[in-house]
Amino acid sequence: MTAIEEPGSAGRRAATSRTPGAAVHLLLTVLIWILLATMPLWIDRVGGYTNLATRVLVTGLAATGLNFLLGFTGVLSFGHAAYFGLGAYGVGLTIRYLVPSTLLGILVGVGVGTLAAVVIGFLIRKLRGVYFAMVTIAFGQVFYFIVYRWNAVTGGDDGLSGWRRQPLDLGFARIDILGDQTAFYYFVLVWFALATAAMWLLLRSPFGHTLIAIRENERRARFLGIPVEQHIWFSFVVSAFFASLAGTLYALLNNFADPHSLRWDKSGEFVIMAVLGGMRSFWGPLLGAAIFVVLQDYASSRTENWMSLIGILFVLVVLFFPRGVLGILGRRALT
Amino acid sequence: MTQLIFNLFNGVIIGAFYALMALGLSLILNLSGVINFAHGGFLALGAYLAYSLMPHIGFWGALVAAPLLTGLLGIAIEWLLIRRTYGRDPLYSLLLTFGLAFIFEDVSRYIWGAQSVPYQIPALLSRPLSLSYFFITGYRVFMVALVALAVAALYLLLTRTRIGIRIRAGTHDLATVATLGVNVRLLRSVNFGLGVYLAGLAGVLAAGQLGLQPTIGTSLIMPSFVAIIVGGLGSLPGTLLGGILIGVASGITSVYFASATEAVIYVMMALVLLVRPRGLLGEEGRLQ
Repeated sequence: MTAIEEPGSAGRRAATSRTPGAAVHLLLTVLIWILLATMPLWIDRVGGYTNLATRVLVTGLAATGLNFLLGFTGVLSFGHAAYFGLGAYGVGLTIRYLVPSTLLGILVGVGVGTLAAVVIGFLIRKLRGVYFAMVTIAFGQVFYFIVYRWNAVTGGDDGLSGWRRQPLDLGFARIDILGDQTAFYYFVLVWFALATAAMWLLLRSPFGHTLIAIRENERRARFLGIPVEQHIWFSFVVSAFFASLAGTLYALLNNFADPHSLRWDKSGEFVIMAVLGGMRSFWGPLLGAAIFVVLQDYASSRTENWMSLIGILFVLVVLFFPRGVLGILGRRALT
Repeated sequence: MTQLIFNLFNGVIIGAFYALMALGLSLILNLSGVINFAHGGFLALGAYLAYSLMPHIGFWGALVAAPLLTGLLGIAIEWLLIRRTYGRDPLYSLLLTFGLAFIFEDVSRYIWGAQSVPYQIPALLSRPLSLSYFFITGYRVFMVALVALAVAALYLLLTRTRIGIRIRAGTHDLATVATLGVNVRLLRSVNFGLGVYLAGLAGVLAAGQLGLQPTIGTSLIMPSFVAIIVGGLGSLPGTLLGGILIGVASGITSVYFASATEAVIYVMMALVLLVRPRGLLGEEGRLQ
């Protein structure tokens, strides 16, 4: 195993004292957190802007959530935009029609996305490989069509506007995440930290080890008496839970829910981010998302044909970087 | 009543498109294990090629030439790109064809514009055949007949010709077919070209019915996936059945509950997965 930071193999490593891989991973984690914590301070100077930093964080969370399933359970989901988008519409509809509360909106959005994943995950838990991928793509489109058609409530093709994220009222303090972009960045960073910590702990738990066992050899896992379908179902739900959390934050960032955020192309983008960064490593998808988001931001401001550039990126990654950036670096670090 | 017949007929037509497209997808998926997400892009390309060729060689010429050219392009792309993903995790072929789908859509928009283009069908075919059932135009009957003809030709190809028999053998056990001295690389190329040819044909026909804009491919590919899943993975008759079934189902739904026209096929898919995960005519053991 050349992955530099696979949580599941940490136990194995602990027994043989610290390996170079574990040290590199620790260094990487510290570096990433320093960068994330200080990003609003320097992003302007390198030609970015605060909302771009927030977008990197939110998209990175979605890709990391997807990778829980893709990289650590070995199951191909190409429909995660559905849960991302459900989160986005959940928060938008709640704030617009029910209660003007950011936190409640997040709760509803995540609830709706996760519930959809519970149902769909149950239907597809026995499918594998290409078939699983195809069914997730197809199911991903259901919600797109619902949003697209249910014009009166969702705004249809124009998206859901006419609502804004609300300032946080914590009782003792009031945080203006609406007017202050930097405050909103740190608001998202708190969620990101909680979510990645939860995923990291899950992957180090016996449950996480079991998922990696299923990825490595499903038949052997089954012979050991592991209820494989149940684990895949649960992993699917966990993964969609974090994708819908990312979706709610994405809608709050834009004060807008976009029907394209639950379309098939978005699902593909999340997968390419995970692969581009390195799907066998925990921080790979975040890195992939950062590269992708910055590239897209740059390309879409320069040319109308940025969709072709994204397509070419897909092709190049598949042909030349199938292991992703951290996959390649990890191999170097160990040799 | 007339409305029901109208929508039923519409459903059969749209189902025929789904089936034609899904058959091409199925052929490629069964032999090479590749979900060709760029299939919709090939469909659009076939339609646009026909549109561009029509002023020079007429509708009938374009009907013959455009799918052939699309198929040749398919072989070229298989040879250059898709072939490199064989034997790897299906993730990579899917991502590759995803990227190709983006490129196709963008390139069609760049060359032919984002708006729909006027797509002429011969006057001979656009006349209604009967006054009381005005919606049964010659073109619609012609489309259904042509799809039926294509399916029959495909059946004969797969059961009566050497290459067809090899394709079918390859879908069951490609390693053995290779051991028996068949050039598997060539077989996969030809098979890919055949699948893409069907997409091109569907495109030329669909453009006359649905209008032609860059998104025509992506709007038809999702139902084709559903057709394959409902019909059963690994079964071409199943794919055909699945396509017609979901076409008719969405046709009927549009009468009673128009806003669920798209959603109904996914409900059907969910039901099939719940009751019979391998699909209506799917083979057992294809899921692994």
